[in-house]
Amino acid sequence: MYSNKWIGSLYITPFVIGFLLFTAFPFVASFVLSLTDARLQDQLGAANFVGLSNYTEMAADSTFRQSLGVTFAYVFITVPLKLAFALFIAVVLNFKLKGIGLFRTAFYLPSILGGSVAIAVVWRFVFAGDGLLNQALAGIGIGGVNWLGEPTTAMFSIVLLRLWQFGSAMVVFLAGLKAIPEDLYEAADLDGASRLKQFFMITLPLLTPVLFFNFIMQIVQAFQEFNGPYIITAGGPLKSSYLLPLMIYEEAFKYFNLGYSSALSWVLFIIIAVFTAVAFWSQKHWVFYAQDRDDKGGH
Amino acid sequence: MSVDSVRLTDVRKTFNGHEVIKGVSLEVKKGELVVFVGPSGCGKSTLLRLIAGLETPTSGQIDIAGRDVTYAHPSKRGVAMVFQSYALYPHMTVFDNIAFALKIQGLPKAEIEHKVNAAAETLQLTHLLKRRPKALSGGQRQRVAIGRAIVRQPDVFLFDEPLSNLDAALRGQMRVEIARLHTKLNATSVYVTHDQVEAMTLADKIVVLNAGRIEQVGSPLDLYRKPANLFVAGFIGSPRMNTIKARVREVSSDAVGLDLPQTILSVPRVGAQVAAGANVTFGVRPENLHLAATDEEAHLSGYVILIERLGGETFAYVTLKDSEGEPLIMKLDGEAALYNHQEVRLKIDLNRAHLFAEDGQAIGVSPDFADKTDESVHV
Ligand SMILES: Nc1ncnc2c1ncn2[C@@H]1O[C@H](COP(=O)(O)OP(=O)(O)OP(=O)(O)O)[C@@H](O)[C@H]1O
Ligand SMILES: [Mg+2]
Repeated sequence: MYSNKWIGSLYITPFVIGFLLFTAFPFVASFVLSLTDARLQDQLGAANFVGLSNYTEMAADSTFRQSLGVTFAYVFITVPLKLAFALFIAVVLNFKLKGIGLFRTAFYLPSILGGSVAIAVVWRFVFAGDGLLNQALAGIGIGGVNWLGEPTTAMFSIVLLRLWQFGSAMVVFLAGLKAIPEDLYEAADLDGASRLKQFFMITLPLLTPVLFFNFIMQIVQAFQEFNGPYIITAGGPLKSSYLLPLMIYEEAFKYFNLGYSSALSWVLFIIIAVFTAVAFWSQKHWVFYAQDRDDKGGH
Repeated sequence: MSVDSVRLTDVRKTFNGHEVIKGVSLEVKKGELVVFVGPSGCGKSTLLRLIAGLETPTSGQIDIAGRDVTYAHPSKRGVAMVFQSYALYPHMTVFDNIAFALKIQGLPKAEIEHKVNAAAETLQLTHLLKRRPKALSGGQRQRVAIGRAIVRQPDVFLFDEPLSNLDAALRGQMRVEIARLHTKLNATSVYVTHDQVEAMTLADKIVVLNAGRIEQVGSPLDLYRKPANLFVAGFIGSPRMNTIKARVREVSSDAVGLDLPQTILSVPRVGAQVAAGANVTFGVRPENLHLAATDEEAHLSGYVILIERLGGETFAYVTLKDSEGEPLIMKLDGEAALYNHQEVRLKIDLNRAHLFAEDGQAIGVSPDFADKTDESVHV
């Protein structure tokens, strides 16, 4: 028995070591660093404790405010759009059609590829001045758009990259849709509810737990988006797509302000935590759990 | 003559090249409660769903209230259905569940409230209107499902095994409630069940289905007394009818003489069409087997192998001597003095016996039932 226990522990050591080394330690270290004026090129011993001054500095930092604004815009645009799009595709793929399995796979593929650096690079080629998109547009007689050179279209291109990765949310929605008993729709059919009414009066309320899950996941992920702005737009033009994660990266590895960068990442962490907390609190007003025994779901 | 409430004309349904409903024709009169019974997978639910419009027939025609609705949308047929699973909307209160169809119809709020409250009153749901389905017991959910159907005042109610998820006691209670409700609303109903007792007690008319075909249609007692074939004989009645293989020895105008493994019997028969030498099946219901008082009146003898005492009645399982067939079941008085392994002599009430040809079709009828028709049948 005892040896079994030890062997069991042994099996999880890779995870434990990984967690301590790459999650717990940086978590604590970044907070400590955020209270110092540490610079990347210096010895750590040279850093001075500066209290909260990194945090107070942000208030006056126009780049930070720009980045914060862009990040919020990015999150508020991409999360609802992506959820709506993923849900729409899930509903379509839930139809009982011939060969639907093939379509499901096809629609899920972008998500497997979606977040990778390679796809971001491809994206850059698509949206470049002489990129695929402009060539295609030229083909139908529309003059070239400077996609990555204009603030709105640059943002558009990274928003699109996120929407393109709707697959994982879609799969979760699809599973949620499948869990809704068929006979509820049959009853609604007999009651004379149109497909649209059935969607809003039955599907959507019963899908709220899944919607909630996807919402949290998307919020958390969107706030941390890095590949798009880093590879495709480089945060530009005029910092119009300079999302916070990119700023954190550049502060640390371009300007070597390790202390300030750490403080920024803690601010991002707190923002995400607050959003998640608010979402969890709001649950009782809109999320319906069928299994919940003490009847507190709302509608 | 009034039009039938529901009329099926040679309805067929094929799923993936497999014919599940094989030409069903049937009439349900206005106000009648018709029960579909049959073994699992025989197509009861499919037939009900065809009437509801949840399935479309491969061929044939369905009329409801004199209108061809074969291809009409479920909501345009004037039918309401109570599902086996209840199919209550889990996120809505009882009130909203019952009100759903009325809201969809766009009725004024006051009218909806009035109708829902009336239905709730009928079903004793008033104190539960604000609850959600998950906070209800099985029986209460069932009543909500029925409430959802009755507020719509449909021409036809459809029930698919509505009580099968309830425990025995509650099932009995709900059965009585459904019977009462049917008497009160006097609405045409089609009711699917595999429960003997539900079928016998609720039905004005029973439709026995087997493998997608109708075996027999009739009042409960007609089916019990005059099963048209072995299948119906075995299906209606619990415990099931006893059967013994036999050979026809001679045929006269009012009786058929049989060779049984143990004995020779002369079975009184009205309208028997059978030739001497034919292989037949002799049938007798458990209550028509008695313990013989004397050797002279005994037809068969055997040993008791099992006794089931239900209090009010006793079932005794008897293996015939020199027979490897199924044991016969006798229904006796609750206090019948009997013990295991006892040797018994059996007397058969031959005036209430049954006879079936090799293809399963009934041969004539027994004299006791010959001119009885069930007076309770709707006409
Ligand atoms: N949608 C469907 N697709 C394919 N086959 C089906 C479908 N619905 C029913 N069947 C088949 O049709 C036959 C009859 O099914 P049905 O549900 O009507 O039986 P039932 O008499 O209601 O049985 P039970 O008493 O078990 O409810 C079964 O063999 C079933 O497998
Ligand atoms: Mg069924």
